[in-house]
Amino acid sequence: MPPPFSVGGRCRPRLGRMRHRRSFVLERERNGMNSSGEELLEQALAAVAAAPDLAALERIRVDYLGKKGRLTAQLKQLGKLPAEERRAAGQAINRAKQALQGALAERQQALEAEALEAALARERVDVTLPGRHLDAGSVHPITRTLSRIEALFAGLGFEAVQGPEVEDDYHNFEALNIPPQHPARAMHDTFYFDAHRLLRTHTSPVQIRVMERRQPPLRIIAPGRVYRCDSDLTHTPMFHQVEGLLVDRDVSFADLTGTLDLFLKRFFERELAVRFRPSYFPFTEPSAEVDIQCVICGGDGCRVCSHSGWLEVLGCGMVHPRVFEAVGIDTSEWTGFAFGMGVERLAMLRYGVDDLRLFFENDLRFLAQFA
Amino acid sequence: MKFSEAWLREWTDPPLDTAALVERLTMAGLEVDSVEPAASDFSGVVVGRVLSVAPHPDADRLRLCRVDVGAEAPLDIVCGAPNVAEGMHVPTALVGASLPGGMRIRKAKLRGAPSFGMLCSARELGLAEEASGLMALPADAAPGTDLRELLGLDDQVIDIDITPNRGDCLSLAGIAREVATLTDSPLRVPDMVPVAPVLDDRFPVRVTAPAACPRYLGRVVRGVDPAAPTPLWMQERLRRGGLRSLGPLVDVTNYVMLELGQPMHAFDLARLEGGIEVRMARAEEGLVLLDGRAVTLADDTLVIADRRRVLALAGIMGGEASGVGPETRDLFLECAFFSPLAVSGRARRYGLQTDSSYRFERGVDPALQARAMERATALLLEIAGARPGPVVEVASAEHLPQTAPIGLRRARLDQQLGLAIPDAEVERSLGGLGMQVERVADGWRVRPPSFRFDIAIEADLVEEVARIHGYDRLPRRLPQGGVEMPPRPDARLDRDRLRAALVDRGYHEIITYTFIDPEWQRALDPDQAPLALANPLSAEMSVMRTSLWPGLLQTLAYNRNRQQERVRIFETGLIFIPQDDEIVQEEYIGGALCGPRWRPHWDAGDRPLDFFDAKGDLEALLALTGRGADFDFEAASHPALHPGQSARVLDGGTPLGWLGRIHPALARQRGLPEETCLFQLQLEPLLRGADIRFAPVPAFPSVRRDLALVMDADRPVAELLRGVREAAGEWLQDLILFDVYQGKGIESGKKSVALGLILQDPSRTLRDEDVEAVIGRVLDSLARALNATLRE
Repeated sequence: MPPPFSVGGRCRPRLGRMRHRRSFVLERERNGMNSSGEELLEQALAAVAAAPDLAALERIRVDYLGKKGRLTAQLKQLGKLPAEERRAAGQAINRAKQALQGALAERQQALEAEALEAALARERVDVTLPGRHLDAGSVHPITRTLSRIEALFAGLGFEAVQGPEVEDDYHNFEALNIPPQHPARAMHDTFYFDAHRLLRTHTSPVQIRVMERRQPPLRIIAPGRVYRCDSDLTHTPMFHQVEGLLVDRDVSFADLTGTLDLFLKRFFERELAVRFRPSYFPFTEPSAEVDIQCVICGGDGCRVCSHSGWLEVLGCGMVHPRVFEAVGIDTSEWTGFAFGMGVERLAMLRYGVDDLRLFFENDLRFLAQFA
Repeated sequence: MKFSEAWLREWTDPPLDTAALVERLTMAGLEVDSVEPAASDFSGVVVGRVLSVAPHPDADRLRLCRVDVGAEAPLDIVCGAPNVAEGMHVPTALVGASLPGGMRIRKAKLRGAPSFGMLCSARELGLAEEASGLMALPADAAPGTDLRELLGLDDQVIDIDITPNRGDCLSLAGIAREVATLTDSPLRVPDMVPVAPVLDDRFPVRVTAPAACPRYLGRVVRGVDPAAPTPLWMQERLRRGGLRSLGPLVDVTNYVMLELGQPMHAFDLARLEGGIEVRMARAEEGLVLLDGRAVTLADDTLVIADRRRVLALAGIMGGEASGVGPETRDLFLECAFFSPLAVSGRARRYGLQTDSSYRFERGVDPALQARAMERATALLLEIAGARPGPVVEVASAEHLPQTAPIGLRRARLDQQLGLAIPDAEVERSLGGLGMQVERVADGWRVRPPSFRFDIAIEADLVEEVARIHGYDRLPRRLPQGGVEMPPRPDARLDRDRLRAALVDRGYHEIITYTFIDPEWQRALDPDQAPLALANPLSAEMSVMRTSLWPGLLQTLAYNRNRQQERVRIFETGLIFIPQDDEIVQEEYIGGALCGPRWRPHWDAGDRPLDFFDAKGDLEALLALTGRGADFDFEAASHPALHPGQSARVLDGGTPLGWLGRIHPALARQRGLPEETCLFQLQLEPLLRGADIRFAPVPAFPSVRRDLALVMDADRPVAELLRGVREAAGEWLQDLILFDVYQGKGIESGKKSVALGLILQDPSRTLRDEDVEAVIGRVLDSLARALNATLRE
């Protein structure tokens, strides 16, 4: 918006207004402007000082400096003065005009500042009121744990693959060196649909399915749901496992232990003791179970670790030659290792969850803690 | 496998305390499950001999006893046990004794009679679960002997989880062999000398199933005393091994099983007829087992029979009719090798799991039978005064397990372990485990012992060497080499991206069981028959889900019942659709939502959500693919959804899933909020994103023209939008639908739809006449095809 009093446009004062006014007073004293002119200026200045708002100020400007304004009228009267007075009077009127313009500008700035102050005061909000937003939900703690496991193994080039949950006997057992009468079957508490179809009892069949269609070298992990017909305080009939498989030339037991040792330290984000105990799985030889120093008590012994200081978290071993034979991989060229871990157990230990069943109750007050 | 540590130390006694021994066992693959004291804590209990028993003057049930406890004077003790008798040796708790559970014995008066101690039952000493009277001690136990000393109670019971491959460790002898090798300690096998027959009685044995029973030994033993007491040391070893004492005849066979790992069976000779036949059962044959249960046999079950009937399930359990009892005087002792394949799975099928079947399934040493028979005979002789006949053996060499030599290559061993273990250690380890080790050019030739059913290939030997060396002393390192850099398609989304989108919109991810209640299944997907489990845990978890909705709705209800009014949940996972003989297992993503649109907020209303909230969430998901234009929603009906608020979601015309508000009838029936909305889509198509190709950023301004169009109210807006897009041509950059109105000012049966068309030519600034031409084309086309006109 243009300044309301920019008559002629060039008339804005360049100097400090106070100086202006003082100089005008000095001039007036020296030149003796006629009294009606001085009165007019006094009146105008008084009006400016009293103007309550910008609109009133504009009316004053028009009243004095407009085309029909009173100071303008005086200027128009100059022609009627004698020639010798004309110059001095003209200068006096112009000085008065400038003085008034200066006062108007000053007043305008003051009024604008006041208006801004008022607006700011009016627009003040309580910054402590909550903002508008969507509340974030949460990723299930099991998914969160799976994602971390996948990411950690991705760092070593392991690719995550999926497999069916309704499996056949061959992939779940036979190809893994667990023939029909094997005692290990009794430990699996299998859910069956019929003589051949079942719910997979582990994610190990995924390694068979991968090796059936791909040749080494292989680095895969297979996360997913598995099923055992068992339900009590520490068992749910559905849970999650991550199976891992690495097949390459010259793979050794040292590679297996080193990989899992590092994984467990990374997963729990601390230096913890990891020990490998000989064990038995039909599909690996040599086989091992892996214990970590109890993350609850630090190895001193507590309820969680049955006062042993150790927690069993993994099973693993070198891939059994009969498994390689079942999928047609040449054991003279390739060796490999495999491992399997229970995701719920890792999640419980990582987050301090003390009841397995919470994972499947899906209580929002539980889930929201993993946001 | 439970056993007494003291017993083990008789066989081999490494210089390790219990904790160190247990650690060594665990770290060698014999995982120790628990170590418990052999007896509860008690003290001050000695052997007492009851000198006299007199009635209590004021109590019928109490007796006044004088008991010699090896002190100068006998003690007066009041006793309430029914079996107290003069001359009996019993555990006697002296004044000051402390018993399990913290009970202290003080001088007392019982019904006026002073008592200076207590005569104890086995239960009171924590030595048995129950007892019917005082614990009888042998007559040769000297009065005053501390009971803990007499019974060797300062001992530990070690319980080991034996893995299924280590049947050879289901005996004290097997454990001792491992311990001796692991700790490099000498193994002291007790003397077991054959017992010369004193009778000539032979009971004939015929084996008609030699593959299932490659070796069968029988022996007649006459003149046993079934009432002879089992010696305390044997009772205690049995007890610490988890077995109850059941009389000398059964105790001896159980003891040999614990000691050597050979299950045996004793028949009452008087109840056998003709001879023993080891054969397969005939279908439908019956047998009443020792535990009193009657079973009907299948023809793949190996049995022991005589001329008349089936006597026993071979290697599993004996029959009631032929078992030993209090009248038994003459025995037929059986000691056989049954093949693991002939026994495994059978016990479970008959609902049994016995110590015998457990061992035969895992493999009993086929070379052990003669030794075990002699051991049992000697013990019977010692305890029950038996007179043995000769051992009758029927063996089929061709069916006995053969151990073939296995090559162990030095290079392979080093490669597999990442470490070179010295020759001497390799040979000592394998030799200690009973293997014959012969050095050859590239390593060794190893012949495993008859009891190691688990050693068949080179990898098995590698494990044995590593195990004895100690896994924790092997190196650890990261794998070398690697795989090629895996492909990473730019257009491919991952599941985490989809999850994140829903989570950011307020959804909580849930994980529910994939087997569900058939009633929920029918309610939500009545047209799809589910796959049913043959052995479900319960009816509520008996069919495989064909939809994610049952789990979502159950979870929604669960949380509503816990004061959660506003619920946003989703799940990803497989659903299972039977199709002919196949099961289609497809991954879906589904969601359910209910409650107010917003969480309560000081500046927001509390409107309940509706269809378009759910649709908006779904559209946000679809938009992640970058090919939002491929997806369509078409009105369609679904039995679980409100008929006027349900849509089939299509991807390029192919059905992808469903979106809608729950059917009000279903909501009422299941007690769910009526505003509940549901969606579920196949996941895989959502992971297929657009292949991104750059298009130049426009250099010329765009023009917006707004149109208010009046069209038939029941015609989907999608048709209008499609019509505009087709008619407007390639200048149409964007199409905004910013108002839909029905009511005053609009003819009934019509609706007004306000559209903003953003037009742009990439190569120049559009002139008014260009824009007017497009708008004219659009209006013409809409009027013709949809009867839509500009609003007046």
